[in-house]
Amino acid sequence: MTEGKKRQDYTLLRHRNIPDLDSLAVYRKYGGFEALRKVVMTMKPEDVIAVVKASGLRGRGGAGFPTGVKWSFIDKNNWPHYVVANADESEPGTFKDREIMERNPYQFLEGLAICAYATGANVAYVYLRGEFWRIAASMDRQIAAMQADGLLGDNLFGNDYSLRIYTHLGAGAYICGEETALLESIEGKLGQPRLRPPFPPSYGVFGKPTVVNNVETLTNIPPIIERGAEWYRTIGTEKSPGPKVFSLSGRVNRPGNYELALGTTFRELIFEHGGGITGGARIKAIMAAGASSALIVADDAALDTPMDYESVPSLGAQLGSASVIIIDETVPMDWLINKTVHFFKHESCGKCTPCREGTFWMMHLTDRIASGEAAREDVELLREVASQMKGKCLCALGDFSTEAVITSLDRFRADFEKAVGVSAETPLFGSSPTMKPGTQPEPV
Amino acid sequence: MTEQASRNTLLEIYPHEIETILAKYPQDYRRSAVMPLLYLAQREQMYVTKQSLEEIAQIVGISSTEVASIVGFYSLYYDEPAGKYRVQVCTDMPCALRGAEQFLASLCENLGIQVGETTADGLVTVEKVMCLAGCDRAPMFQLQSGEGISYHENQTVESALELVNKLRSKQSRRNGND
Repeated sequence: MTEGKKRQDYTLLRHRNIPDLDSLAVYRKYGGFEALRKVVMTMKPEDVIAVVKASGLRGRGGAGFPTGVKWSFIDKNNWPHYVVANADESEPGTFKDREIMERNPYQFLEGLAICAYATGANVAYVYLRGEFWRIAASMDRQIAAMQADGLLGDNLFGNDYSLRIYTHLGAGAYICGEETALLESIEGKLGQPRLRPPFPPSYGVFGKPTVVNNVETLTNIPPIIERGAEWYRTIGTEKSPGPKVFSLSGRVNRPGNYELALGTTFRELIFEHGGGITGGARIKAIMAAGASSALIVADDAALDTPMDYESVPSLGAQLGSASVIIIDETVPMDWLINKTVHFFKHESCGKCTPCREGTFWMMHLTDRIASGEAAREDVELLREVASQMKGKCLCALGDFSTEAVITSLDRFRADFEKAVGVSAETPLFGSSPTMKPGTQPEPV
Repeated sequence: MTEQASRNTLLEIYPHEIETILAKYPQDYRRSAVMPLLYLAQREQMYVTKQSLEEIAQIVGISSTEVASIVGFYSLYYDEPAGKYRVQVCTDMPCALRGAEQFLASLCENLGIQVGETTADGLVTVEKVMCLAGCDRAPMFQLQSGEGISYHENQTVESALELVNKLRSKQSRRNGND
């Protein structure tokens, strides 16, 4: 922190202001569960949805879909309803939901309970990645404490609304962060995405209407109910309102979670909060959405770009879950995409052919390129495989696996020319005699 | 089925746990219990035996082949024995940018094993795994045993070896008590 800076008031990472917020008594002392009481006692479900819509809150799991709109899609002609919290946080570079659940769990659980009330669900599940074993064990105790305090169970606050929350532990599968794969996993099946439509609000877990929300999204709900949609919109930008937890990692001096308004610039996050680049090296690239990112060339224009759902696409990238990984000049891009491709190859669920086969071939090609045994044809073939996959996969995982590959080849071509020993006179993807007709990659 | 085979050891050992697990899901979706039941089945030996596959299949009402497919799909279930403890080092890209690969190599060298192998005393298997959501505190690993999973972050080779030594003395105390 720079000197003289005034204390930050946190909305999501409130434990940084109030230690021991993971104690139910402390959480209640600071107004915890008053928002839940307010909605159950005084508001109709549709009124709660209206407030969330008015706040402009957008899903924090990556897609940025308006939360209130998602809630309003739940099918009212098919019962029972369910809500599911997506706590499968597995994107390389993302570790925000973990801090929220470890340190400020009741605010998340209160948000989940409000979501359940608003969508007419009497049962909610928290789907945690299997590695979050200890968090799940703590959460089971927190749920029991809520039950003992009359915050879960039958006739909440004397009203006729009843709610139960259960944890469900995954077992090591990134794909279960995809919401329909997650629902399959709760049903005890392989975590493979469903064909959509139908979408979860009409056909979700156990074949019933279901709303799936990310942990951070739900953690925004209690303050929105308490302080109102207008207050919420004073934070962030017009189209991307509210605070966001940015997970900062990679070659940066102070990695960690930073709660900042949406619309904060990359420069402020990286250099003011993150303390700049490790060893004083030059920043080369930014991955704003974890391993699923397109690679952003970290020039001055990019550094001054606001991190919100509208501005980041102007750099040919996405904000996603705001897992900002910093790449410096010491990191060769052929090494980097070899890493990301290995991840996606391991995590591909195998259901659709473009992803299953595409990640396999990209892995072998990037292995060869990164080990210095590749020729220019391998690089050009890699570009073609990735382009062929893009837009043809059953879920976002397959498409995401191509983002870093295609953008690094297009934006950091020199790294690959060096890796395969191609001179500037005969650049990659140029009018090379080795390129067969029809294999010229499309520009992104 | 023979009379022997119809005995369900899991149900006999963990009746209350299994009841609690099944109560989480609708009555006509017992299959949902398969994942928590697999963790129970791994508790003693850190892998799922063929017998456990049959028993879980019987409890949730699906075939043992389907239970086996779940074991195969998810990374944290095992169908063969290895070390009692699994040290699983994340070497994914953000961790690798903070030296996780050198950490893993040096840890293995100190333990006299290759990545994926188990120490001579059969206690510790060292593996490399995908992102564990600890990117800002790399090098880091998780320690998985039948009892659960714990995180160990901001690690050095020394601190990791110290942990292995603790596990070894815990084990020898246990053996002494047998």
